[in-house]
Amino acid sequence: MKREAISSLLARRRFLRKLGRAATCAGAIVAAGTLGGTPKVAAKNESSPGSFPTKDYDWTRHSWAFGVDATKCIGCLRCVEACKRENDVPGDAHHFRTWVERYVYLEGDKRARVDSHHDPVNIKASGSEREYRFSNRYQDAKVEKAFFVPKLCNQCTHPACVQVCPTGATYRTRDGVVLIDHKYCIGCQYCVQACPYGARFYRTKEGVTDKCTWCYHRITKGLQPACVEVCPVGARIFGDRNDAQSPISLFIRNNRVQVLRPETGNAPNVFYVGIDKEVN
Amino acid sequence: MEPGGLLEHLVDIAPYTGYVYPNETVIPWTVLIVVYPYLTGLVAGAFTVSSLYHVFGMEQFKPVGRFALLTALAFMIFVPMPLLLHLGNPQRAFNTMLTPHWTSAMAIFGLFASFYVILLMLEIWFIFRPYFVRQAQQTSGLSGRLWHVAGLGSDDLSPQAMRYDEKWIFALAIIGIPAAHGLHGYVGFLFGSLKSREWWSSDLMPVVFLFSAVISGVALLIVLYVLSCRLRKVAVDLQCLKGLAYVLWGFAMFTLALEGLEFANVVYKGREGIEMIVEYVTGPLLVPFFVLQFSIGAVIPIAVLSYMIWRGTTGKALIVGVTVSALLVLFQVWMMRWNVVIGGQEIAKTGKGLLSYQLVLFHREGLLTAVAVAVAPLPLLWAMVRVLPPFTKPVSP
Repeated sequence: MKREAISSLLARRRFLRKLGRAATCAGAIVAAGTLGGTPKVAAKNESSPGSFPTKDYDWTRHSWAFGVDATKCIGCLRCVEACKRENDVPGDAHHFRTWVERYVYLEGDKRARVDSHHDPVNIKASGSEREYRFSNRYQDAKVEKAFFVPKLCNQCTHPACVQVCPTGATYRTRDGVVLIDHKYCIGCQYCVQACPYGARFYRTKEGVTDKCTWCYHRITKGLQPACVEVCPVGARIFGDRNDAQSPISLFIRNNRVQVLRPETGNAPNVFYVGIDKEVN
Repeated sequence: MEPGGLLEHLVDIAPYTGYVYPNETVIPWTVLIVVYPYLTGLVAGAFTVSSLYHVFGMEQFKPVGRFALLTALAFMIFVPMPLLLHLGNPQRAFNTMLTPHWTSAMAIFGLFASFYVILLMLEIWFIFRPYFVRQAQQTSGLSGRLWHVAGLGSDDLSPQAMRYDEKWIFALAIIGIPAAHGLHGYVGFLFGSLKSREWWSSDLMPVVFLFSAVISGVALLIVLYVLSCRLRKVAVDLQCLKGLAYVLWGFAMFTLALEGLEFANVVYKGREGIEMIVEYVTGPLLVPFFVLQFSIGAVIPIAVLSYMIWRGTTGKALIVGVTVSALLVLFQVWMMRWNVVIGGQEIAKTGKGLLSYQLVLFHREGLLTAVAVAVAPLPLLWAMVRVLPPFTKPVSP
């Protein structure tokens, strides 16, 4: 059942064209007006180069992927801040396109203690929901093992969120990014439920869902995603898998990489190095 | 903070324990999404009773046969209401029908529900056509013309025409069975097909939803029928009530077994995250799940019904016993919907934490709205019963 999202978009357009024709034949002026308007919405997502917002960009020539080297992450959270600013993400502790988790094993612990910057203790340490920081809560404890794990949308090859969207407002692009058409989303939040990674959130003000796009507006102009750009240690790697020498191709080739929750069948496209068994 | 303001913020944010994904602290589906499967369930259950009479020819259900159809329609009309109130952009809701995304379980709902509403209206029209014709003949002036319009100008009441009508009613009632039950089974699929939540992700979910739907609809009819008899000051048809009690009793036992099996499956398989589920059901869910849903809502009515059937209780005691059991079953199914919809979201996707849904009274998606939507079909049903009298006239002694 995991069909390419694009084929359903084309089907949608064909369906609309048929509807439009039927309406015209019937001579229903009002209906024709309404239906005549809808194909324009669908056309925005079409693959014809002319309609693409960025000129000289051909989405059939790229296959974007993301890498996370958890052994490098220092939990400075500049990525979170950059993302919030770049993408106009609500500035509170409940809406994130990307976030960082901290896993700590104290001496004798069998299971990790996990927290993230949205945790009240960490917010208290930073003093504001808009300031992102990990509190030094384990300074007096004997830490056996600890590491940070940056999280973001996995832009899955078989995205559960796209499968369940009732209108097709969320779709997978040819270059491998899952996007949301905010002018078409009805705000049912079925996609929020379906994502096993908690990557999606709801924008109350606009009544639509939102999530990481790997900064699609940047990468289609040849730029890096904001979080990759600001990472001071190179824990985030981004690139084109069609280019064998791109950072991501090298990262995947030179490391034993893994993905989160492979059992879901979602086939994620964020590849991790240096994470532990409890990370999911 | 979001421009929604402080209140919006407090309403939206769920307190939690353990580790939950940051975005999970806003619970996506509220009490309105509890009301939605509750209403569709009542529709499917009420329709079941009408088909017991119209398709399976069980004569004891004659007193409620037509009333069951009107009940199904009154509730069905309000089914989209909780969804529209929940949507962020309800003005785009029609997109799901204009440009449905076929891989989505939600997409075909509008089409399927519309089909079912049309089917229901057709069946009701055929059943009440003789009434329209007689009214048109007996009344004059504007109301007479309106009755004529309601009959769509078809005023042939010859035996041949009536036989033709009966064929249609029979066919529509037969198609209605898979339609009504498919509609509700699909609601179960909507939850059961999601792999992101262990509490929902079950193959049994559509079946559990379906059977709980049947018992809730039968229970609703029992309560409404007894109530209507009191309002009309006529005696309750004990044969009919006993028949309904049998249906409720049988299906209630089956539902309980199914729900028990489903829960046993989740616990026994013990997949990843089971520790959190066990912590949840033995903690925050202990009262809503084991006490309210299983004990008070399921075991007590089954015990009461079993006792009455065993002792051959009749008369007023039967009416009281069956009505109380029906009310408890209505409560059980409400708790079941709550425990599935809200319960599933209170168990974090991380498998490492629990959230706590905040139910508020005054809010677009608050308790008051939910209650208003849930009882809204009743005034509509009252009005429908005034226009289309569904109860066959009691035989004078």
